[in-house]
Amino acid sequence: MSNITPLPLADWIDAFVEWLTQAEFIFGPLTDFIGYLISGFEWFFGIFPPWLLLLIMVGLTFWFAGRKIGLTVFVLLGLLLIWNLGYWEDMVLTLAIVLTAGVISIVIGVPMGIWMSRSSAVEGAIKPVLDFMQTMPAFVYLIPAVAFFGIGMVPGVVASVIFAMPPTIRFTNLGIRQVPTEIIEASEAFGSTGNQKLFKVQLPMAKTTIMAGINQTIMLALSMVVIASMIGADGLGTAVYFAVGRNDVGGGFEAGLAIVIVAIILDRLTQGIGASKRK
Amino acid sequence: MAKIQVEDLTKVFGKRPSRAIKLLEQGKSKDEILEETGCTVGVNRTSFSVEAGEIFVIMGLSGSGKSTLVRLLNRLIDPTEGSVWVDGDDLARMDDKGLRKIRREKMSMVFQQFGLFPFRTILDNVAYGLEIQGLEEEEKKKKADEALQLVGLGGYGNMYPDELSGGMQQRVGLARALAADTDILLMDEAFSALDPLIRKEMQDELLELQGRMKKTIVFITHDLDEALRLGDRITIMKDGRIVQIGTPEDILQHPADDYVAKFVEDVDRSKVFTAEAVMKRPEVLTIDKDGPRVALQRMKKEGISSLYVTNKDRTLLGIVHADEVSDLVEQGSEDIRSVLHEDVPTVQKDTVVKEMIELLTYKNTPVAVIDEENKIVGIVVRGSVMALLSGKEVSAVE
Ligand SMILES: Nc1ncnc2c1ncn2[C@@H]1O[C@H](COP(=O)(O)OP(=O)(O)OP(=O)(O)O)[C@@H](O)[C@H]1O
Ligand SMILES: [Mg+2]
Repeated sequence: MSNITPLPLADWIDAFVEWLTQAEFIFGPLTDFIGYLISGFEWFFGIFPPWLLLLIMVGLTFWFAGRKIGLTVFVLLGLLLIWNLGYWEDMVLTLAIVLTAGVISIVIGVPMGIWMSRSSAVEGAIKPVLDFMQTMPAFVYLIPAVAFFGIGMVPGVVASVIFAMPPTIRFTNLGIRQVPTEIIEASEAFGSTGNQKLFKVQLPMAKTTIMAGINQTIMLALSMVVIASMIGADGLGTAVYFAVGRNDVGGGFEAGLAIVIVAIILDRLTQGIGASKRK
Repeated sequence: MAKIQVEDLTKVFGKRPSRAIKLLEQGKSKDEILEETGCTVGVNRTSFSVEAGEIFVIMGLSGSGKSTLVRLLNRLIDPTEGSVWVDGDDLARMDDKGLRKIRREKMSMVFQQFGLFPFRTILDNVAYGLEIQGLEEEEKKKKADEALQLVGLGGYGNMYPDELSGGMQQRVGLARALAADTDILLMDEAFSALDPLIRKEMQDELLELQGRMKKTIVFITHDLDEALRLGDRITIMKDGRIVQIGTPEDILQHPADDYVAKFVEDVDRSKVFTAEAVMKRPEVLTIDKDGPRVALQRMKKEGISSLYVTNKDRTLLGIVHADEVSDLVEQGSEDIRSVLHEDVPTVQKDTVVKEMIELLTYKNTPVAVIDEENKIVGIVVRGSVMALLSGKEVSAVE
């Protein structure tokens, strides 16, 4: 093999990325937009004093996740612990990043999924891309994210979106394709337009499946926070990252625990909304 | 103009239908074509027309193409070949907008597996067609509720489909189609999940509705009794082809081939045939014209023991019996009225044979068939009913 010249794949990609970064007119506004979203969430969470935000979060879990007393008590204690350990600010930052990534993933992913469900050709074209996005080590996404968006929260969100969006797309496609033929025919037989069929029948029928995809997306986005902290996305991830750098086992554990608590809350909340009974 | 006109309609499922079509034209069978091309013939060159106000029943074994055929009628499935006209408009030439208009305003469908929307309440399910038609909320609710009442589910509007039994769900599907209030109803085994009692009730309801609203109904069923009860005409399908189209009596009396004959062999004929099909031309005595002697001679000639008596305009007055008439002759009286029995068994032309059997066994006289003006149009004797029930050809009024 040694006398075969290796393909200059890295050079090509560098060149491509170089060319892309010139497109400041795209990435400038995009960076601003994502930045606004993040600060919007931060600002929103900042309105409430911590104790009130805490109560709201406990209330939401109680309400949406099936009114389970045990879970509610756990959430209350967990959030009190985070507050007590001094990670409240970091948690709010993390939530802002995850929710921003989640919203962007949904806004792009659901329509993509719908598009995919309508044509087998589109499905065939997008599926391998999704596989690629998911099998690529998450770490790799940091590089283009930094190249296009610099350092900070925004590239963190961008990397999270790329890594976390595929389940939303897949599950939307799957959910719509799973609707029984006769139900689709019933809606067509009464003269529904494509949009009526989509909004009155397909999306409601696929709702549970789509919510399962969104749940996975949110969890994946949360799992990116530590990795994203390497490029300056602040929050709980940064606390873990620094603890690793300082070989601070105790501190790392505390921050890690905080992430786990947030993960459980987000998981139960998104699952609860997906399963919430009709009406 | 026929309400629905179907010409040479063919549907082949599969990758290369054109080859299958060629083989069809060479007269190859469905199985052979499946083997050679991997294509399934759903419907094979069928032609027929459905008249306005008619209940047109499609029958056939499982897989014979009934559901496929009915889906071609509102183009839920695009035909491989052939055409469908609804009120003179060619469905194939219609753009999406035109097709939607037809589906909204002209035809609604009841599905074999119900096709209800599980996340909608029963009332909202029934209102779906009206919602698509763009009705106001109030109006929509009112009409949907009426349709639910009609199928006997008035109190269930706020429940969800999975809270209802299969039969009840099927009736919701029926209500949804009825609510849309279209001229044409396509009903794919619409009563198959109902228990016998409710099924009969629904059949009566449909016939009653039909009497009032004069819809055009294409009704698919597996059940021959149902077909005979509901159908103005019946189509029998086999392997995607139409084997026979005819009135219920046609199909029973003149089955086109062994397949149809097998289909109908176990049917309860007494529920299908009417007095009209078994009656004979009546020998009658005209009162004030014919006397007892004429009566006796006429009975002797025909070899019968009683005779119906009518006015000059054939209005039925009663019956006289041979023994009493001969007494009259011996007494030298001309007064036929003195031996006239006015209490006679009568039926209408459209009374089914089953309802006459008791009359026939009860008294040993033939049953008189009369029209709306009480005029005699025929008589039914035991012999012809026996012949009919045993499957023999009966000649109608000679
Ligand atoms: N979507 C489809 N793809 C391929 N083949 C089909 C499809 N739909 C129906 N067929 C085939 O077409 C033929 C007719 O099916 P169809 O559903 O019309 O029968 P049916 O008379 O309604 O039967 P049943 O009484 O069981 O409802 C069958 O051989 C079936 O396998
Ligand atoms: Mg069928």
